[in-house]
Amino acid sequence: MFTIERKLIIDSVKAMLLESVKTLDKEIINRFENARDNEVNPLAKSVLSQILENHEIAISKDIPLCQDTGIVVCFVEIGRELIFDYDLEEAINVGVRQAYIDGYLRKSIVKHPLNRINTLDNTPAVVHFDFVAGNTLTLHIAPKGGGSENMSALKMLSPADGREGIINFILDTIKNAGGRPCPPLIVGVGIGGNFEKVAYLAKKAILIPLQEETTNEIDKLLEDELFKKINELDVGPMGLGGVTTCIGVKVVSSPCHIASLPVAVNLQCHSARKSEVTLVGKEINNADNN
Amino acid sequence: MEKKLTTPITTDVIKTLNIGDEVLISGYIYTARDAAHKLLVEAIKNKQELPFDLKDQVIYYVGPTPAKPGEIIGSCGPTSSYRMDKFSPYLMDKGLKVMIGKGDRSKAFNAEVANYQGLYLIAIGGIGAKLSQTVVENQIVAYEELQSEAIRRLKVVDFPAIVAIDYQGNSIFK
Repeated sequence: MFTIERKLIIDSVKAMLLESVKTLDKEIINRFENARDNEVNPLAKSVLSQILENHEIAISKDIPLCQDTGIVVCFVEIGRELIFDYDLEEAINVGVRQAYIDGYLRKSIVKHPLNRINTLDNTPAVVHFDFVAGNTLTLHIAPKGGGSENMSALKMLSPADGREGIINFILDTIKNAGGRPCPPLIVGVGIGGNFEKVAYLAKKAILIPLQEETTNEIDKLLEDELFKKINELDVGPMGLGGVTTCIGVKVVSSPCHIASLPVAVNLQCHSARKSEVTLVGKEINNADNN
Repeated sequence: MEKKLTTPITTDVIKTLNIGDEVLISGYIYTARDAAHKLLVEAIKNKQELPFDLKDQVIYYVGPTPAKPGEIIGSCGPTSSYRMDKFSPYLMDKGLKVMIGKGDRSKAFNAEVANYQGLYLIAIGGIGAKLSQTVVENQIVAYEELQSEAIRRLKVVDFPAIVAIDYQGNSIFK
């Protein structure tokens, strides 16, 4: 059997958050640069230039890209050969606490939705666990902004609504959201599963690297059509018009009930901060037990 | 070419601005977002004194990240404005002239801007690192317990914004 030390989890979560709040993936930056060069709308061009300039300043001056340093979302893939003698979720939250306090990040979490009392350390994170083969643990982490999360949506369609129903629902959601979710967006789409699973799939979708090819052909064709139609909406950067409403669409699908066609769309703002790390388990010496 | 504005921004200056104009603001502005708006409006409804005089003032919808030691402020971009729609008329009635945030507003809000001959500006969301470079002073003036949502008085130099709703209530958003 294998294990991973609690301290390594804490230190990894902290480091991933501190890095992700001020840097974007190269692929995302490339897409913004191409978008800036392709925009003809002068305001759209100006917004994209300022998004890129902001990224330079965030790195050079060590300032978060955005003041909304988010609610922390964490997907954990746990190798089945790993064992833990501590609370993994608690360790992740210790890492979050250290990052937000030591890193001067904004604490945006309230204890109860109605009493609105701040937890003062940005915990708890939203954590999802999955089991996978092997002896490694992969952490996918994203400080997710509230503005784009607020404009995300879920609908239980009828099977008869079909592909067209899904496309219309997504286009309506993005058109109605306008500038509020801070476009250019990454659009995460979940289809299938059931009520809670489809939202989970949409969230997973926004964390998939944009350059990764979608293997399911139905999903891939849906992504291509959505990408084209979303960018024809003329929402544009910050809702001011233009041909860059999204820089990527990812669809994740799952089997579902014969009566259902669940669809969820999770919007990711242009400050698409995320990080991923794989930790290799350390073999445990079982000599004492033999 | 951006137009330079100095706060407080008076009605005669507001009337020269058109939707889509890019402006650079210098002078003092106040920060307030959801929680501070709720408290300000409760104070107005209870006929209590406000923590600062709103007359001809500018409110910026922002909850910055904490300033690191030796820094003036952290990342400080705008938050979505629509959540302030139902509070804003109370503040405009007390003299508030200019609001800065991001995104569209309700039709009812647009009409109130026309009613009070005010101005709604948008700053670009998600560029809080860049915007922090325009802040030269940062002082908490009220509701310190609200942490990032406390009311701050910021002095800014050439803070970039775009005219989104003019004094007649015309909006840049379709």
